[in-house]
Amino acid sequence: MTSPAPPDEGAARPSGTGARGTPPGPPRVRRPAPLRIRGPSAARRINNRAVIALCHVAAALVVLPLLLIVWHLIEKGLGGLSLAFFTHLPKPVGEPGGGVANAIVGTLVLAGLAALIAVPVGVGAGLYLAEYGDGRLGALVRYTADVLSGVPSIVVGVAAYGLVVVPMGRFSALAGGVALGLLMLPTIVRSTEEVVRLVPRSYREAALGLGAPRWRMIHSVVLPAASGGVVTACLLGLARAAGETAPLLFTALGSRFWTLALDRPIASLPVYIYDYARAPYDDWNRQAWAAALVLLLLVTILSALVRLATRRMVRV
Amino acid sequence: MSTGVIVRPPVVPPAPPGPPQPPASTGADAAAAEGRLATRAFDLFYGAHQALRDITIDIPAHGVTAIIGPSGCGKSTLLRSFNRMNDLIPGVRTRGEVRVSGENVLTPGTDVVALRRRVGMVFQRPNPFPKSIFENAAFGLRMLGVRDRLEIEARVEDSLRRAALWDEVRDRIGQPALRLSGGQQQRLCIARCLAVDPEVLLMDEPASALDPTATARIEELMMDLKQRYTIVVVTHNMQQAARVSDRTAFMLSGELIEVGGTKELFTRPRVKLTEDYITGRFG
Repeated sequence: MTSPAPPDEGAARPSGTGARGTPPGPPRVRRPAPLRIRGPSAARRINNRAVIALCHVAAALVVLPLLLIVWHLIEKGLGGLSLAFFTHLPKPVGEPGGGVANAIVGTLVLAGLAALIAVPVGVGAGLYLAEYGDGRLGALVRYTADVLSGVPSIVVGVAAYGLVVVPMGRFSALAGGVALGLLMLPTIVRSTEEVVRLVPRSYREAALGLGAPRWRMIHSVVLPAASGGVVTACLLGLARAAGETAPLLFTALGSRFWTLALDRPIASLPVYIYDYARAPYDDWNRQAWAAALVLLLLVTILSALVRLATRRMVRV
Repeated sequence: MSTGVIVRPPVVPPAPPGPPQPPASTGADAAAAEGRLATRAFDLFYGAHQALRDITIDIPAHGVTAIIGPSGCGKSTLLRSFNRMNDLIPGVRTRGEVRVSGENVLTPGTDVVALRRRVGMVFQRPNPFPKSIFENAAFGLRMLGVRDRLEIEARVEDSLRRAALWDEVRDRIGQPALRLSGGQQQRLCIARCLAVDPEVLLMDEPASALDPTATARIEELMMDLKQRYTIVVVTHNMQQAARVSDRTAFMLSGELIEVGGTKELFTRPRVKLTEDYITGRFG
């Protein structure tokens, strides 16, 4: 039935004329030069080196700005750091010393509020988009999230001002939390959607094949399988929001005192840095550098802690 | 190659002579029908493409039925019709009847979730959840709302024993299932199905991703499980079909060509196409 394979496997056969009956004409295609097996040619070696070098340069260019920023912060900010800087309130103008204790706590409060607002809504919306979002409503939600992520943070601040500050009649931590939450939301929604879509089909089929209703499959299989990615998504959003200054200027305002009241203005590191960096006092400028270093440390430690905590949780 | 007209053989099984059995299910009949599968004039379309043509087959309860045929002949599609897993693929349309224990499961009122609890499925690639071995086996029970820790433990052990896995995992039941070997993972997937006590076990090339030793263990397990469950297995491997099944169905291009006792089908096929396939002339 099937004819044996022709022995001249290497020779390319003229394409398109595969008719069995016609005898193959004389092979007109030239054989390629025999492969050198001793080593790649000089041209190929140079090419290879050049491309590898380019990749290294590109990688270095990505890391370099971050290293420069960190180096700069350490150089300028380390001198201003002391235990008192972490534990004391800001001093009035003219008095040396003082710290950012209230701003650290304020930033944590604002970030916590923002996460409280944005994580449930964002993860829920991301799940919706991944699991049910193929229709027109899904497309609309996706588009809205994309537009929201492009809105400048200062505009989000103004929106929170209109939504919360004006009705309440005063600046407040709550308004700041809403502003930061709005900023985090699109990052969380779209990243959650992406990681949930990455959950293998086989897990879904296994769950449904066992007679799990769809909500059960999502709750007990898809979400746990995607949890690492969802946590990363939330951290990305949180890290971005924690460093925002503009939206806080019209909402949380800033404060020079201890306060945990959510309906009062509250201090935060970004606003502190903003105020102190603009001030005409050398001492304040030094403290702004130190505060920037603290903010960087805070975000790093926060994400490390959340990662540790969730890793332990997921392993069960 | 001769691609003549496909002759449809009489596919009605050599049923006990007498009046044709109505699909009634009352009293003793219902008990007898438990676990029995059937289709009647069943067509399935993926969009415009017809994947199954006029399939009428009866699969008796308690026994292993193998479905063989070349790639793309529709054997997996037919298998997935019995627990309506094809519903997950957009654009699927069906015509005709698919019966599980005498009930047509294609009627609009069918509770698909309940159906899938009665008709379990094992997939080609082992697909345990990224949870512990215990949690995998307990998944179905938790889903059914079983809360009692002792009951869950007892039933997990029972299903792992029935899947011939207990002795290998009893000391590391809390470890991630993904650390098991492929064959163990597949037996865990079988245990996971058994835990919810189905009537039917559908297996879609359950051993094709496994090495020969693990395959042999799965086959042994199938021989063992058929005492209690109706097993339908799709396989590419004709030796496997010959080894494990009591009945074999041969499909080609979306049609059921022949179905019968495995021994007869492999030794005295009634249709020329079946003979050509099992003797390796194509496929």
